[in-house]
Amino acid sequence: MSEVVREDAVILETRALEKRFGGVSAIAGVDFALRRGELRCLIGPNGAGKSTFFKMLTAQIRPSKGQVLFDGRDISRAHPHEISRLGIGIKNQVPDVYDGITVDENLWLAAHPRHGARAARAKVDDILDRLELRDIRWQLLGALAHGQRQWVEFGMVMALEPKIILLDEPTAGMSIEETNRTAALIREVNRTTTIVVVEHDMQFIRQIADIVTVFHQGRILAEDTMARIQANQAVREVYLGTSGLA
Amino acid sequence: MIHGVALMQHSSERPKWWWWVFVAALAAFFITMPFHLEIFVILEMSRFFGMAMLALSMGFLWGFSGILSFGQTAFFGLGGYGFTVLALNTGETTGSVFFAVALGAAGAGILGYFMIYGRISEIYLSVITLVFTLILEKGIRATSGDQYVIGKVRLNGQNGIPTVPQLDVPWNPSVQLDINWFFWVGAVLMILVYIGLRLILTTPFGRVLVGIRENERRTELLGYDARRYKLAAFMLAGGVAGLGGALYAISIPLAHPEMFSLGRAADVIMWVLVGGKGTLIGPIAGVFAIEHFKGWLGTQGVGQVTLVLGAVLILFVLVFHKGLLPSIGSLPGLWLDRAAIREQLAEFVQHHLTWRSGPPRRRRRQGGRP
Ligand SMILES: Nc1ncnc2c1ncn2[C@@H]1O[C@H](COP(=O)(O)OP(=O)(O)O)[C@@H](O)[C@H]1O
Ligand SMILES: [Mg+2]
Repeated sequence: MSEVVREDAVILETRALEKRFGGVSAIAGVDFALRRGELRCLIGPNGAGKSTFFKMLTAQIRPSKGQVLFDGRDISRAHPHEISRLGIGIKNQVPDVYDGITVDENLWLAAHPRHGARAARAKVDDILDRLELRDIRWQLLGALAHGQRQWVEFGMVMALEPKIILLDEPTAGMSIEETNRTAALIREVNRTTTIVVVEHDMQFIRQIADIVTVFHQGRILAEDTMARIQANQAVREVYLGTSGLA
Repeated sequence: MIHGVALMQHSSERPKWWWWVFVAALAAFFITMPFHLEIFVILEMSRFFGMAMLALSMGFLWGFSGILSFGQTAFFGLGGYGFTVLALNTGETTGSVFFAVALGAAGAGILGYFMIYGRISEIYLSVITLVFTLILEKGIRATSGDQYVIGKVRLNGQNGIPTVPQLDVPWNPSVQLDINWFFWVGAVLMILVYIGLRLILTTPFGRVLVGIRENERRTELLGYDARRYKLAAFMLAGGVAGLGGALYAISIPLAHPEMFSLGRAADVIMWVLVGGKGTLIGPIAGVFAIEHFKGWLGTQGVGQVTLVLGAVLILFVLVFHKGLLPSIGSLPGLWLDRAAIREQLAEFVQHHLTWRSGPPRRRRRQGGRP
């Protein structure tokens, strides 16, 4: 946080962001800034407020107080359908796909708003190739394994060609091999797109992390490179015994 | 769950050749009917085409956009009355049919706007549509007085308007269609609506609707304004119901408050559930099967028609979850999948027929606690 960030370089920012559920402050005053092109990881123990923060970044829930600025514009009260039109691609923690239709149709629905009916077909083909989903193209999504469904959802986000991609626990339930492939894919996509990843899996974060933001009890506890975070005493205490951070 | 595969095709794909063959066969089947059936059968069946459109309007909404409207009868009745009142005033029927479609769509547009843009929940939408049609019924029933006149047509309250004009030839309005021709017009319109709705499902609009049915929030996050799509679907279905209402009123011939009634609304649910939601041919088949069955029960001297129908409905909901046609459609798949059937049957028996032990689900949950 010592670094001074130039205004136009910031793509996503929160100011004094708060969210209360009844008496519980899930997020208790967070100032956060993300530079264009960054690959940022948000970590923290269970219940730290990561998913709540994530949902406010993507206007899925409204803050109790404070602002969320995307490209300098307050989006905290935007409609869900406006979010992706602004260039924000989201993958929530719970797989959020269309189980009753095919992989192809899922991807097409994602590609259509951005590319139009005709170009959407080409985009779907492109995504199927990049994610190696061609073989399961005509299968119903509900019939696929959990990891494959996550990949299809990832493909849907890519099909939007957003300016920024936000992923909440993208590797949950994936095998080690699938996790490694996801890490490689995220790094590849990051060459052209800003990415925010909420994760639990330390192994995975070490593979991809650039700057890491640590949440604890609704606040930012630390924000630094992965190496320094691992050496941070406060962070170690929060994580002690729960996950082999060190 | 049993997945019938053999005859399935995805709604977003263009229909295959055999679908067109099926539609052609269906058309031929109806078109030849007047040549070999008695006139009273033709007269009776003429009523089914309007009903089939009413069933299609609900089946399309429920099966493909996930909107469960119990009140499609509202737009059915509006279509029937709209046609009758305009045609009696102008002496012209073709334009009046279009007016019936427009009135159904407009009524759906107004009601739908408040429900859909008001973001009311699904269950409230179902209730409000039902209440809406019942309010219209009450309103129409209260128009027996002389003061309730539109142009030169008395609305006639409880008794309805019995002077519904017969359709005339669009390019020669002085000639009225006879019974056979009206039958053909009804059959062709029904099949055209069926084809039209089926093809709409292959368009981007149709695909997005199915997306909304599957996962509305996801669809919004992908950048679609689901409200616009749902409203458009609701208006489309309203227009189809309006057309059905006009045809039905002509076929009786009577524009009557019954068209809006609870009993009629329940019929629609029967048709769609028994025929099969999630398909378009199902609702049509539901109308023909049930209405025919009703007529047959009548001739057999069965007094309790409603009771028998209720039993049929329960049977279908419990055994053929997906309705008549999808179940037949998945028979070839079922043969390949006999183990799944046995499983399903066992599950059914366990859930519904083991009286003494009570519903298994609840027992299991309670069993966890001392
Ligand atoms: N919809 C909700 N209603 C009430 N409390 C909630 C809700 N969502 C989250 N919380 C609470 O807010 C806190 C943060 O939760 P969450 O953001 O899911 O944490 P994380 O994703 O870091 O595990 C937790 O105490 C959780 O119980
Ligand atoms: Mg979470």
